[in-house]
Amino acid sequence: MARSDVQVEVIIGLEIHVQLSTQSKLFCGCAVEFGQPANSRVCPVCLGMPGVLPVMNKKAFEYSVLTGLALNCRIAGFTKWDRKSYYYPDLPKNYQISQYDLPLAEQGFIEIPIPSGQTKRIRIRRVHLEEDAGKNLHATGNFSQVDLNRTGTPLMEIVTEPDMATAAEVRALAVELQRIVRYLGVSEADMQKGHMRFEPNVNLVITRAGQTFKTPIAEVKNLNSFRALEKSVEFETQRQLDEFLETGRTLQMGNKTTRGWDDVHQVTVLQREKEEAHDYRYFPEPDLVPIRMDPAWLEQIRARMCELPLQRQLRFVRDYGLTDYDAGVLTLDRSTADFFDDAVQAGAKPKRICNLLTQVGLKIANERGCPFADLGLKGTDVASLAEMIDRGQVNASAGARVLEEMVATGRDPHTLASQLDLLQKSDASELEALVDQVAAACPQALDEIRTGGKKSQKARSFLVGQVMQRTQGRANPAVVSEILARKLGV
Amino acid sequence: MPNSLLDMGCVELRQAIGQGRVTGVQAAQAVFDAIDASEPVLGAYLSLFKDQALRQAHQIDQRIAAGQSVGPLAGVPIAVKDVLCTSFGTTTCGSKILANFHAPYNATVIDRLLAADAVIVGKTNMDEFAMGSSTENSGLRRTVNPWDTTRVPGGSSGGSAVAVAARLCFGALGSDTGGSIRQPASFCGVVGLKPTYGRVSRYGLVAYGSSLDQVGPIARSVADAACLLNVIAGHDPQDSTSVDEKTAPVADYLADLDRPVEGLRIGVVPQATEGADRPVRDAVTGAAEVYRGSGATVVEVQMPHLDYAIAAYYVIATAEASSNLARYDGVHYGHRTANPRDYVEVYTRSRAEGFGQEVKRRIMLGTYALSSGYYDAYYLKALKVRNLIRQDFVRAFERCDCILMPVAPTTAFRLGEKSTDPLQMYLADVYTISANLAGIPGISLPAGFDGQGLPIGLQVLCPAFAEQRLLRIARMFESKTDWHLRRPAGASYGKK
Repeated sequence: MARSDVQVEVIIGLEIHVQLSTQSKLFCGCAVEFGQPANSRVCPVCLGMPGVLPVMNKKAFEYSVLTGLALNCRIAGFTKWDRKSYYYPDLPKNYQISQYDLPLAEQGFIEIPIPSGQTKRIRIRRVHLEEDAGKNLHATGNFSQVDLNRTGTPLMEIVTEPDMATAAEVRALAVELQRIVRYLGVSEADMQKGHMRFEPNVNLVITRAGQTFKTPIAEVKNLNSFRALEKSVEFETQRQLDEFLETGRTLQMGNKTTRGWDDVHQVTVLQREKEEAHDYRYFPEPDLVPIRMDPAWLEQIRARMCELPLQRQLRFVRDYGLTDYDAGVLTLDRSTADFFDDAVQAGAKPKRICNLLTQVGLKIANERGCPFADLGLKGTDVASLAEMIDRGQVNASAGARVLEEMVATGRDPHTLASQLDLLQKSDASELEALVDQVAAACPQALDEIRTGGKKSQKARSFLVGQVMQRTQGRANPAVVSEILARKLGV
Repeated sequence: MPNSLLDMGCVELRQAIGQGRVTGVQAAQAVFDAIDASEPVLGAYLSLFKDQALRQAHQIDQRIAAGQSVGPLAGVPIAVKDVLCTSFGTTTCGSKILANFHAPYNATVIDRLLAADAVIVGKTNMDEFAMGSSTENSGLRRTVNPWDTTRVPGGSSGGSAVAVAARLCFGALGSDTGGSIRQPASFCGVVGLKPTYGRVSRYGLVAYGSSLDQVGPIARSVADAACLLNVIAGHDPQDSTSVDEKTAPVADYLADLDRPVEGLRIGVVPQATEGADRPVRDAVTGAAEVYRGSGATVVEVQMPHLDYAIAAYYVIATAEASSNLARYDGVHYGHRTANPRDYVEVYTRSRAEGFGQEVKRRIMLGTYALSSGYYDAYYLKALKVRNLIRQDFVRAFERCDCILMPVAPTTAFRLGEKSTDPLQMYLADVYTISANLAGIPGISLPAGFDGQGLPIGLQVLCPAFAEQRLLRIARMFESKTDWHLRRPAGASYGKK
């Protein structure tokens, strides 16, 4: 960004909370379930009753370690839990069990896709695990209510280094992380259910007349959509520049601020100045034992690692010649990418499979609001269909129709294509007769082709179209064109 | 009435009930009769479960009559400190803030008592949230010493110690964070055992200092303490800090109890005894002589960091307490202030009204110790001291099998004597807190009486998870002495 004499560099770091998809909460056996009646998924432990003790959910820990590995982190051999103290009605113990100075994973990086098919490496500072709080409800009357169903839900916190320079990069990282945690199966990462929450830290380095200035850092709290994330960073960038130009305020010790996002007005609003920030009085949680990660356990977790989405996307481009866009769509979720790989393995042309999936399969899944995998298609069937199209047995639009029917009935493409009478007519003699009929009916078009004028190509298409129409789309257009060319001698 | 039903120990009573010489109902009834007679003066209990206890005793009698098998405490009336959660009655922790609190679950040790067919008599008074050494900090009731009702029973498990000494139960559970089982046992002339940290589940024990708290028995003999420990010890999947059976298997603490430890080496710490009153010092010296008489050798050991134990303890315990007690905020349960203006006032006024002075003092101390900028100087340094004390014990136990020490520098002091001087009260914990800091087991045994007829306790400490050895060593002393057989004169309660 530049304003005549002013150079602006944007510096953005991101904190992300990801809700893990464990069956039970982080420190008790209560179910993690969204949208249940208030306070129906609670027990003495997550209610913070006197005398209760937490017991660590091992799966949640392993999920976080797996994520740490996927983010190329150093996994701690020794890690522990700490209490973070603050008073709030949705936090029944008035402390949160978290990890302070010894996070379970540190010093990693994530590659994010940037325009032109390149990737950029963003450093990951740390990954740790903590329990979520409940929810305060301010629905009616002169009082508030507290729903503690969410209390104790496992949250993985990921903190990046301030390595991002644009709102688009921040969004790309968020999207990439969503793909990764879904691939690993550690989170549903459903934005609608608040499974991912973002907190960007933004400030600017401004160069003016050879001097550089840093604006005070603003942290935008609790964003729960990619759009809000991107928009809030864009807004902050402009707001900080304006503020600097107006006031000249620069970064000082303790002048970091916390802001919220107003989705209606698309602006960030000041929540608190950091001077009045909490003293969280962290200290080691005495009710839980420290965790020692022995090599055998770590290897066990590492064995669950899969090919990550970006690697897969790049492989699809490199090995299958897909466009970056298509490869991105196919790798958005792991089951779709797996399906694609299976179908290609079954012998079909990648580009053809890709079209079937992106133009038909994913559309149906989207309409039904279900994952692609739930459509119940078999990779080998879709591969057969792709081959049928490539061999001209059905045309592309008929292929789409067959795929829809495959989803609806579960039958194989050959059976469906003949049942629906969608098999293409490639029989030359039959088509030749049709071409003759059409030619006879449209002498003007024939003239235009013969004179080879400006309109000749259009007229040729018109005639092929006429044949297609008479066969209800089942004629093989390539064969028709060929016959036409032969007959007209051009 | 010596050798009456109420003078029996847990082990003896269990046997008598098993053999049909006494019924569970008779035992329970005798206890409730004694309670009716003495409680107005002693104030050991905060709540009683008479109907439930008699009903339960009756059921046990029926099962015995029907020839069914019953647990190791079948029909034995037991008292529990009101810091242990019970799904019946209230769990107050001696605090106004929980005066009407009904826990929705049983502590693991309560479940274990019930599974052993113990009959739970009631819940005993204590210093509020176990913070204190005299039970005077109870927000709900005053408890006095049965040996002299003008004196404190000790604390914080004062109610449990009084109930055991005055025959208002056959055995009791207490909790010990810095001496809260051993010191009242000593002041009341009974046996009190603090097990190794991790030996007994803390699930359902309302936390004071989580890294120091441990549940343990108060009883009238070493055998009874062993019998109770048999029931409550063991790994609990609900307590991550309870030790698994592979690391430290639970023994049958009664099995070998009467077999003396051969070649016993007793450690004494001369520096540690200096500050104690003459009669207390004499009792410890006398105890060492008793052991020597049984063939033990006595060696002097050094505990160079013992002088820092109190300072470290009061940083660690209060830091943990400040966090543990944050949940009593009037929002979810417990006392809530009337007509708060906003939620902050729900916190501030509920807590101001619900907590007593000592609890507030310790919350403030702990909050300060954990504050940004002070953490390293206080909490972190205290943890270092704690490690040094642990190492002191490791080194000492290379040269001896157990260490003898006083339990407290004095015998039971007068009601009100120290309550205006908290520091004085803290300093009296000097002998007991090192065991909590090091996580090792310690027992308090009746070892004499002072000139005023007040009981003196002897403390024996052993390495972690050596409860079996500790109890055998304690039994060696008990079998050569008769201090534990004396009982306070019940008839004179209230007449001093």
